[in-house]
Amino acid sequence: MKRLPVVLAYAVLILGGLVMIFPFLWMLLTSLKPFQEIFDLKLFPQSATLDNYRQVLLETQFPRWFFNSLMVAVVTTLSVLFFDSLVGYTLAKLRFPGKGIIFVLILSTLMVPTEMLIIPWYVMSAENGWVNTYWGLLFPGLISAFGVFLLRQFFQTLPGDLLDAGRIDGLNEFGVFWRVAFPLVRPALAALGIFTFLGNWNAFLWPLVIVQTADMRTLPVGVALFSGEAGTAWNLIMAASSLAVLPVLLVFLFFQRQIIEGVVLTGVKG
Amino acid sequence: MRLSLARREALWAFAFLLIPLAFFLFIRIWPAFQALWLSLYEWNADPAKRNFVGLEHYQQMLGDQLLRKALTNTLLYTLIGVPAQLVLGLVVALLLNSVERFRDLFRAIYFAPYITPAVAVAWVFSWMLSANFGIVNEILRLLGLPAQPFLQSPQQALLTVTGVIVWQNLGFQVVLFLAGLQNIPREYYEAARIDGADGWALFRHITLPLLNPVIVFSAVIGTIGFLQLFTQVVNLNFTDQGGPLGSTLTLALYIYQQAFSRFELGYAAAITVLLFVIILLITLVQLRLLSRRVEY
Repeated sequence: MKRLPVVLAYAVLILGGLVMIFPFLWMLLTSLKPFQEIFDLKLFPQSATLDNYRQVLLETQFPRWFFNSLMVAVVTTLSVLFFDSLVGYTLAKLRFPGKGIIFVLILSTLMVPTEMLIIPWYVMSAENGWVNTYWGLLFPGLISAFGVFLLRQFFQTLPGDLLDAGRIDGLNEFGVFWRVAFPLVRPALAALGIFTFLGNWNAFLWPLVIVQTADMRTLPVGVALFSGEAGTAWNLIMAASSLAVLPVLLVFLFFQRQIIEGVVLTGVKG
Repeated sequence: MRLSLARREALWAFAFLLIPLAFFLFIRIWPAFQALWLSLYEWNADPAKRNFVGLEHYQQMLGDQLLRKALTNTLLYTLIGVPAQLVLGLVVALLLNSVERFRDLFRAIYFAPYITPAVAVAWVFSWMLSANFGIVNEILRLLGLPAQPFLQSPQQALLTVTGVIVWQNLGFQVVLFLAGLQNIPREYYEAARIDGADGWALFRHITLPLLNPVIVFSAVIGTIGFLQLFTQVVNLNFTDQGGPLGSTLTLALYIYQQAFSRFELGYAAAITVLLFVIILLITLVQLRLLSRRVEY
């Protein structure tokens, strides 16, 4: 394709880039203003203050919500990585009767929207006393059908000879999976891990349903309900939003390449 | 007695699959059927009072004006949002592909919103778009343009919500499309150019067809996302969720309200069945219409 005039391309990209960056900037700037200043709509705070952050961190259970989100996201991610690779490997590399049916069964669960499952999950949780517990927050996401599908594709490309070599060395089938195959699909695991983590870190609907007390809220639920009560104290709301956004941006800064390659990887293979 | 090699392998396989299969059966498949079954009952979460009503909820859905509103809105969101993010994503990707310097920086900037928590994004935009004290209206004023009610207006709210979501999703499309563009071998363009093709013809006959798999993937993922819209709608207008006047209400939000504010679990389950059918049909139609194999 004929190259667009480069100057024009940059101009449009910069303009679009500003639209992308400005909300983050406005969030941070508002979060640094005292309440009296926020409706002036001046770009920079006249007397910048960290008091909003102090209030959010000390007067709400924000640190607890942060911990809850971290806990749910980490446990879910570890579980997904382990079980999804185990299932993906089994479906790709082991021979056993009923393999096709099992694969289709797992894949078919991808068609069911979460909304359809939430009511039965809630009923199940109410019957078993899982409401307002970590287990209640966690259990729906412990294994992901998409991850199984993705990892199966990757395990299929591993040569069988490599696995046989492991067997000859005296490894049992779990050893072959864990010591030989698992380390070889690292790029796929990284991509799946990052997206499972982010998905759980940002999740809203199910935590909103299953959490009942302030101390069990995850970060998104905490920020939403706190902001809902804060009224027009946008300085506090923006401080809470910043505290939810900054860790994610920080992680993105460090793992930018891996995260973007992860999108491409899952998008192309998935 | 020694087991045959094949038997041993099968036993290992079943051992590996035991927990995951239990998970999929009890947490994913069984609840889906339970939703179907619940939709036939009148039930407000009190185990003692569960009345079988047959298909009554499905009949009730036909006359439910608010449900109709939620359904129309959901389809509107999808119909506007998906093409908008595909086209904008493609434009930005083409621009990025045409420049050499700062490409990675721009890509990172456009992608950042995609991984940001949707709840925080929604609150930031609801502050920026506030009718009286929003910075967006302030900018419009400085440009000499009239202030807009945005989220407060039944006419503009749905478009505004769509815009926020497109803003957040754009980077995902950009990253995918850019990767797709970079996968197209340069020789195709060179060969076509020798044959006298230029600009638009190259785009239409090489870029677009070869990008088709990525576009289909992106369209399907985007559609499923828009059909399940919930988080942004709730948080952009927190004090009047789905408002004003139901103009931003979505199916997912309506389901949530029926199930967890009004405790009409049976009726809510019936609507989830409707949502399931809609997602299934639209996805199948999309896959049929959009995916054409291209070989060169």
